[in-house]
Amino acid sequence: MEILDAKKIREDFPIYKNTSLMDGHPLAYLDNAATTFKPYKVIDAIRYYYENETSNAHRGDYRLSANVDYKYELARKKVAKFINAKDIEVCFTSGTSMSLNMIAYGLADLLNEGDEILITEAEHASNVLPWFNIAKRHNFVIKYVPLTKDGRLTVENFKKSITKKTKVVSLAHVTNVLGYTVDVKTLAKIAHENGAYFVCDGAQSVPHIKTDVKDLDIDFLAFSGHKMLGPTGIGVLYGKYELLTKINPLLSGGGMTSRFDTCGDITYSMVPYKFEAGTQNIAGAIGLGEACEYLQEIGLDKIYQHEMNLRNYAISKLEKLDNVILYNKDADHGIITFNIKNINSQDIATYMSSKGVCVRSGQHCAKILLDFLQTESTLRCSFYLYNTYEDVDQLVECCINGGDFLDAFFL
Amino acid sequence: MPFSYDANILREIILDHYQNPRNYKQIDSDDFIKIHMDHSDNCTDDIYVYLKVENNVIKECYWYGHACAISTASSSIMTELVVNKTVEEATKIMDEFNKMMKNEEFDESILDEAVCFVNTYRQPSRVGCATISWRGLKEAFEHLKHEGDCDCGK
Repeated sequence: MEILDAKKIREDFPIYKNTSLMDGHPLAYLDNAATTFKPYKVIDAIRYYYENETSNAHRGDYRLSANVDYKYELARKKVAKFINAKDIEVCFTSGTSMSLNMIAYGLADLLNEGDEILITEAEHASNVLPWFNIAKRHNFVIKYVPLTKDGRLTVENFKKSITKKTKVVSLAHVTNVLGYTVDVKTLAKIAHENGAYFVCDGAQSVPHIKTDVKDLDIDFLAFSGHKMLGPTGIGVLYGKYELLTKINPLLSGGGMTSRFDTCGDITYSMVPYKFEAGTQNIAGAIGLGEACEYLQEIGLDKIYQHEMNLRNYAISKLEKLDNVILYNKDADHGIITFNIKNINSQDIATYMSSKGVCVRSGQHCAKILLDFLQTESTLRCSFYLYNTYEDVDQLVECCINGGDFLDAFFL
Repeated sequence: MPFSYDANILREIILDHYQNPRNYKQIDSDDFIKIHMDHSDNCTDDIYVYLKVENNVIKECYWYGHACAISTASSSIMTELVVNKTVEEATKIMDEFNKMMKNEEFDESILDEAVCFVNTYRQPSRVGCATISWRGLKEAFEHLKHEGDCDCGK
């Protein structure tokens, strides 16, 4: 008995109608950790805004603009509900990278020289480089929690790494290469007991597992709309209200100040508007609100279980192949990281493309981790609600015939 | 034009250079211009192109590093093609190779085994692979032009 009818779900996604084939083969899109397809519900809402309601938010006294205010704030409510936050704790950004930069530069003002920032080697560049930058500028120290030999972060290792000097802990809820889920609730509790802020990179988790910021008791959360059926260019910075009032915005400009004078004295607007300088991605926010609703209607628990069913099916097939190296056989998330023995990952990814299969090859923006795995690059397959067992079969077939990768070059 | 080539032969050329890359070694000598091609977030290729030029003639050319099958074979073939050529002759070969990458008319007589990449234009993502060492060569020539300005590239 299927937990989800993926074939039925595909009817909600125009791309399966418009681009059903790639290189003459059924489209098997398995790069959902990179970005996801968009349902009609999202596309139609964006289109409706542009075709019927275009005007700026928080600006006009006319009815059209007031209506956009309402829609924009309604989108914020939908997103807030999705992660169980208060509306005022949800700031719209361009995506996870921007959110994490805003958090890092905002927290920098609250830290002192010599304070420690704790991350791991499995973090995405977006959760490494902003910390590197503020550390360099203010003489903070970056520390890494050691990973187990298969790349996991454990509570024991975390406890050993946190010190009185640790002021910020920033971790991905689910890592983007190995797909391991971190026990955020426990780690946030330990961080708080040690007086550190807990920042959570939710780019790979929020789209796939129920995220309750109150229950997890995290201080900040960053995630992107486009990885959860929403449009590109929209994302979220969640912060506890008290913290958002304490940190300074990275960007300043229109719409985020109450008043300023020629002496340079600025009074910022209230949270969350002080983090939304300039005209915002209104269509993006509306689209993201719809995506949140769509995912909730289907149910994140069901989506997660469906992804795990596909994963288990794929693993059971792949582990029988002698030429496949699996890096995260036991991960509890729909990401499978692997290689075909003695063949460069990009050569295989291009070959798979010629058979209709979309997977990611490379370092997946986690350059430090690959030193740890002792490989130059890997292939990554990642599932979502619209993937089917047939997609997996197509992938497995490509792995079996991986040695013929040059075929792709002579079609 | 591509249809005049036998795909099996082209495949054999790529496989041969991929499995037994020519002129593949690390060079640590000031006599060589050394170009490091490692600029992309999307591609994990990380290669060096080494060039020894005397009196405007490429006396020796090597490459070294980590690369996919297409860039390995292309780098190997390039080093064989340009050695003992003047900078102008090598530039001419490079221009013809680049025309082939864009599916424009090209002079196959001077491309020799490099014609094995004649289909690359059909897979835009692989053009970067097939041209990485050629782009390195171009950069080396830029350094030659500005030799004396500074000691960059050496």
